Amino acid sequence: MWLLLAMAILLAGAVAVLLLSRSDRNLSRLGAGSVVLAAALGSIPVVQVLLGGPAVQFHFPWPVPFGEFFIELDPLSAWFLVPTLLLSALAAVYGVGYLRSWQGKRSLGPIWFFYGLLVLGMMLVLLARNAALFLVAWELMAVASFFLVTFEHERPSVREAGWIYFVATHLGTAFLLALFLLLARETGSMDFDVWARQGIHTAGLANVLFVLAVVGFGTKAGFMPLHVWLPEAHPAAPSHVSALMSGVMIKTGIYGLVRSFTFLGTPPLWWGWVLVAIGLSSGVLGVLFALAQHDLKRLLAYHSVENIGIIALGLGVGLLGMSTNLPVLMVLGFGGGLLHVLNHALFKGLLFLGAGAVGHETGTLEIDQLGGLLKRMPWTAVTFLIAAVAISGLPPLNGFVSEFLIFLGAFKAGISTGGPIAVPSLALIAGLALIGGLAVACFTKAFGIIFLGEPRSEHTFQAHEVAWTMRLPMLVLAAGCVVIGLSAPAVVAGLLRVLENVTAQRPEMVGETLAAASSPLTFVIIGALTFLLLVAMLVLVRRGLLAGRPVAESATWGCGYVQPTARMQYTASSFAQPLTDLFRPLLGTKKTVVPARGLFPAEAALKTETPDLSREEMYRPMFERAEAWLSQLRWLQHGNVQLYILYIAATLMVLLIWKFR
Amino acid sequence: MITAPLIPLLLSLVLSPLLPGVINRTKAFFAGRQGQPLLQTYFDLWKLLQKGAVYSRTTTWVFRAGPVVGLAATLSAALLMPLGSFSALIGFPLDFLLFAGLLGVARFFMVVAALDTGSSFEGMGASREVFFSALAEPALLVALATVARLAGNLSLSAMFGSVSGAHWLHSGPVLALVVIALMIVLLAENARIPVDDPNTHLELTMIHEVMVLDHGGPDFAFIVYSAVLKLWLFAALMVGMVLPDTGNLWLNVGLAVGGMLAVAVVVGVIESIMARLRFLIVPQLLVGAGALAAVAFLLGLA
Repeated sequence: MWLLLAMAILLAGAVAVLLLSRSDRNLSRLGAGSVVLAAALGSIPVVQVLLGGPAVQFHFPWPVPFGEFFIELDPLSAWFLVPTLLLSALAAVYGVGYLRSWQGKRSLGPIWFFYGLLVLGMMLVLLARNAALFLVAWELMAVASFFLVTFEHERPSVREAGWIYFVATHLGTAFLLALFLLLARETGSMDFDVWARQGIHTAGLANVLFVLAVVGFGTKAGFMPLHVWLPEAHPAAPSHVSALMSGVMIKTGIYGLVRSFTFLGTPPLWWGWVLVAIGLSSGVLGVLFALAQHDLKRLLAYHSVENIGIIALGLGVGLLGMSTNLPVLMVLGFGGGLLHVLNHALFKGLLFLGAGAVGHETGTLEIDQLGGLLKRMPWTAVTFLIAAVAISGLPPLNGFVSEFLIFLGAFKAGISTGGPIAVPSLALIAGLALIGGLAVACFTKAFGIIFLGEPRSEHTFQAHEVAWTMRLPMLVLAAGCVVIGLSAPAVVAGLLRVLENVTAQRPEMVGETLAAASSPLTFVIIGALTFLLLVAMLVLVRRGLLAGRPVAESATWGCGYVQPTARMQYTASSFAQPLTDLFRPLLGTKKTVVPARGLFPAEAALKTETPDLSREEMYRPMFERAEAWLSQLRWLQHGNVQLYILYIAATLMVLLIWKFR
Repeated sequence: MITAPLIPLLLSLVLSPLLPGVINRTKAFFAGRQGQPLLQTYFDLWKLLQKGAVYSRTTTWVFRAGPVVGLAATLSAALLMPLGSFSALIGFPLDFLLFAGLLGVARFFMVVAALDTGSSFEGMGASREVFFSALAEPALLVALATVARLAGNLSLSAMFGSVSGAHWLHSGPVLALVVIALMIVLLAENARIPVDDPNTHLELTMIHEVMVLDHGGPDFAFIVYSAVLKLWLFAALMVGMVLPDTGNLWLNVGLAVGGMLAVAVVVGVIESIMARLRFLIVPQLLVGAGALAAVAFLLGLA
């Protein structure tokens, strides 16, 4: 009931902002307020279900062929709704402050309208239990986010990003359509609960369905090489929308994938291998491309690809456990992956909000143009630092906990099973370790170059701390990262019902396995608390040692050079250069060098750029060929409305004849 | 297995500054010099702790937090490391992942502290630090996965407790490969030759040393102490794989300390007979270490 009310409020709020006059100052407040209210109401049943309450169902007749308005809140949906509702509300509050600079220049009605619709669409996707309803919700989500991405549509790059996103998401949907139609033909129903109950019993069909689900949902989630839209769309969108899209919208792809696993019966071994391979390629390549980027939001977008890869690794371990009937692997793999969904929503949402604050104050997101912002924006800097440590998978924060569970699953598989599982587990261990190390490189670069050192250009001189409406959501998300990190066993216990739901095992067994498998987390917390205690003690020791002694200020040591300028500092590009050079075969970084010539060189220049390799090498040639081929049909297009109506009439006629022949 | 849980921690806290002294004495022996006193690092620490500090005007609290967080993380990591036949204070499945994670936190804060100075030298060191450690991380975890598979256990104390002479007889090549891989990781993580030269005097060629150019006084004492403690902990990783449990407490302590000093001597010998590798070759060495560890794991499968 609360859920329906929440969705009604979202819809009403979305329509209401369109009715307000464009200069109304309350427009943002109304738009954000309705989202916050809806999220608050919606979270009541979500918490109830996760704490052990019964699943909630609603059926309404719906005059769409094969469609029924059938929604259900089960633990799996509830788990994904937690970050969705939380981040939607926080990003909406942030949006009030963030959009203020557009006030008066442009009507903010549409953006709040589509923001409300996007949240509504995501909620419906997670709740829908009928394939037709699911697809409608999926489209609502895609279209609403398309209009949000193209908010600044006067810029050509934004329009292009919007189109890439639009095409990618619909190609993905085409695979989902095929997936659902095949399932419906096999089971004779469009309802998810029938699919889950009957299951698929022919191995060949199940394999086809698995591939369709991975491609269809993987496009939304951003599996490499289906990720091409992410690094275009996330930077183009306003920052609070990027936070929402990267934090939770792409997770609907993960949700869809996990949901489809419950339809497909016992998986064969190779499904697990596929997901581990996808996870490794997305994870390693995602973080490498992120390292090579110069634009902060593009960097963060590639990091979403990396984190989706980590989630896929967790799901892969879970699938390996399912196919060999090892409950420990199911629980640790799915548990770690699903926990990472929540964690990534927190720290990636926070990072995009931080990036928005930086862009809002300085007018640029070029990392090499920034510097020294910590002194000007202390709150943004601290929250960004917390998120950077968390996303690097380091203790004592939340990123470490979910990666710990996935690692634990892989190590358990690695030490106790035969080659077919041990070898992929070893690849996972090595890959995840590499990903972690590269993420540290990437986020020390992002944080260090943007917030520390001296300002590198005049962009930063005007910057000051952002308004409270923007600061508060960042603080809440940072607190979330710390709290999950330090209360990991409790949070993992909250996964119990979700895992029962996903693994379809006996509840007692899942409970016991989860309790036994996650018991090391208690020691992790002890270690983390000891660490924090030691930090506090050492701060006091240091203060005691320095008390009463001379503490002076001076210039940074430059080997005796006394006239340093800010341009002499190391840049983000130079920081990442050793790694991007080493991995050049995978990255395809292009370098343009104007070398210094002569004894007194007048000018020299170096420019590097790393375009997306799969976009350049795979999709661009593919779409160019398709365009060349399809342009032969251009004679059909006259721009004449009457002719188009004739086409429609003729098609209908043909269909009718075919039907009644 | 004797459980005297405080022994590894106390030994590491007290004796770790001895290791650089042993390394330097070994190098001096090879060079035909007398070398600095064995206890030089203790003297250095004592002197640094007496001093005041000078901070760059560019820096913020991040620069001051670097050494504190670094030492706190390394000390917490010391709680997790067993020594020879002595169990660690805290042991649980996958404790070595927390160990690696805590050292990662220390590295993260040392790197951002270096970037906080705005010095291009320190930026250079920071860049190399994250570069090499990213490549060393997979080698470390794969090597430990191999040992874990042999021992059938995921906790460092239990792993080292159950790796015995029988394992060395039965799967000697596997363990030997693991020891080599861990040795390379030790050299890379602790800024030793052939990856980094602790004695170099040119800022352009340093890694670890250049990151801490601007630190002084108690801050630098924290950094020096974290560095020797980290060296001790990595040496303990290797010693734990080799040492048997004799059943006698004092004999075990003697063996453990002797083993640690032996690792220091080996590091000293490597530093004396090898030149430092070019930066471009180092990744090959680290990837090679990872490959050796992976080969060991696959051999262990058979």
